[in-house]
Amino acid sequence: MGGLTLNYIIRRVLIFLLTVWVSITIIFMVARLAPGDPISAMVAQASASMGVVENQDAIIEGWKEYFGLNDPIPIQYVKFLGNLLTFDFGPSLIAFPARVSELIARALPWSIGLGLVTLPLIFFIGNLFGALLAWRRTPGPLKAFIPMTMIFTSLPSVLAGLVFIFVFAFRMKLFPIAGPFGRGMQPSFTIEFISSLIHHGILPVASLVIVSFGFWTLGMRGMMVTTEGEDYMTLADAKGLPPFYVLYRYQVRNAILPQVTALAIALRTLGAGQILVEAIFSYRGIGTLIYTSIRNQDYNTIQGTSFVVILFTAVSVLIIDLIYPLIDPRISLEGN
Amino acid sequence: MGAATGQTASLAAPRKAGRLNRFDNPWLNIKLVVGVIMVGSILLMGVIGPLLVDVDLAYVGRSPLNLPPFCFENMRGEGGDPTHPLGTDNSGRDMLSLIVIGAPNSLLVGFVAAGFGMLGGIILGFSSGFLGGLADDIIRLSADITITIPSLLVLIVIQSLIPVQSLLVMAVLLSLFAWPQPTRLIRAQVMSMRESGYVKMAQLSGVPTSSIMFREMMPNLLPYLAASFIGNTTGSILAAVGLEILGLGPQRLPTLGRTIQNAIDNSGILRDMWWWWGLPTVILIVIFIGLLLINLGLDEVANPRLRKATRQ
Repeated sequence: MGGLTLNYIIRRVLIFLLTVWVSITIIFMVARLAPGDPISAMVAQASASMGVVENQDAIIEGWKEYFGLNDPIPIQYVKFLGNLLTFDFGPSLIAFPARVSELIARALPWSIGLGLVTLPLIFFIGNLFGALLAWRRTPGPLKAFIPMTMIFTSLPSVLAGLVFIFVFAFRMKLFPIAGPFGRGMQPSFTIEFISSLIHHGILPVASLVIVSFGFWTLGMRGMMVTTEGEDYMTLADAKGLPPFYVLYRYQVRNAILPQVTALAIALRTLGAGQILVEAIFSYRGIGTLIYTSIRNQDYNTIQGTSFVVILFTAVSVLIIDLIYPLIDPRISLEGN
Repeated sequence: MGAATGQTASLAAPRKAGRLNRFDNPWLNIKLVVGVIMVGSILLMGVIGPLLVDVDLAYVGRSPLNLPPFCFENMRGEGGDPTHPLGTDNSGRDMLSLIVIGAPNSLLVGFVAAGFGMLGGIILGFSSGFLGGLADDIIRLSADITITIPSLLVLIVIQSLIPVQSLLVMAVLLSLFAWPQPTRLIRAQVMSMRESGYVKMAQLSGVPTSSIMFREMMPNLLPYLAASFIGNTTGSILAAVGLEILGLGPQRLPTLGRTIQNAIDNSGILRDMWWWWGLPTVILIVIFIGLLLINLGLDEVANPRLRKATRQ
């Protein structure tokens, strides 16, 4: 039974392409439906923040030409589509001569870094707790403790972040309040810098992990309970295999695979949570970029950044969807 | 209801009888009841609160600034004022009034968004399951796409260009992302129920399709729909609070997210004004945990297997 059928691949890729296309179309429509024309608003914004702007009308005309706002709508749409797909989001307003794509390129590694630390931690802790919760031999106190940690599940990570900032950074002064590393430091591969990086990262990571792992704990417990009654479990027990070996090789191995699909679902909520957590911690990533551009009504940056995050999520979901049948050949795909 | 008889019967076969009776009515499980009480008390506060508290104080400049809650001191050493028992923020809004109006506002945005989403889900899910063919394909594909798009980002793009000044518009925008889950769920259930005996029976007896849908199938779907509704409520409140913390959404209407955003913006944390951001946070936590408990409770209703799993 091959897990990966052509039909399935086509459907997944189609969903991916349509997702990107629909998102771009929504962004385009919003920009055109918005009251007033965006360019005048941008120039008004610029003049408000920088004082006087010389040759306003010439600038407005120039930008209208640049963005093709004098063209008929369908041509504007095609150009817009092309611009977004080539990551050309125009100039940023808050960091004027800089292009939005440069700002994103600068912020993205920070966000990816934070995500790459957070996601495996959530996955590991969540599944470990789920497995322990369902395992017959887990000591009683531990079994009582784990459900208590679940109380954080479904809380927004921003709120956890706020509480952490107040308790651990402001009151107890154990961690810095904001920023990705110490003030005045230059990114480098020194122990000093890396320890500062970790010190600054603990609270944001903790606020994301604490609200998310319960989702996996619940799923893992459910899967573990279904494997419990399987014949191979009875056989493994009857053979007198060590309990840990049975737990890991027989039960967890079989229960964990469906959890991979949960990754695709979790990525979206995690992404949204991370944006907000970055914003309140002034972490140098995409979240803070979105936050400052909303504050300064920098539409180009808002549009560009949102598009990049949407694209990033869609690509990750596609990859997970395509990998999953390969690692778990048991699943029966829809349409079969 | 059957609790008293359950207790006497438990003398003979202690555990089994007690358990069976406890789940006689699966809707009366502890999680569900506690969750409903938590969420219900927030709604109740919205009804009774305005009678006891002067809600006009929730707006700018109606009270002294930066007051701590009664019996506490702020950074400048000023004590709280019993007329503002939960303190005030830095532009003279009374925290108690803010919470009395803000908490039900935040909760209602979630409920309304999830309600519209559910309505869409019922219509689309039943059409998808019953009509099949092209309609089914299109609805399924749209649901898959909508689920893949991270809603927060799209809402950021929309609201940063088109300012939203009413909670209803906010809820409608949120509901654009709340229909795929109920749609999928209803479709899947309809597909499997369509083949079941009682639906076949009803069809053979000439019952009209609409009453098969709503009289025969709906009651079986109820716990699933309720769970999906609560899940969407959580998601919508989460998104609304997120948008508000980023500075979007209605600017003048008091909500919990807006209050937190004001506190963050005016460095409420660094000024040690914990009541300013902390109280709305606590209320939000009550709402979220209440909704989570309702959802876990509904899960037990829909899924008898879980009832066994909770046995110790």
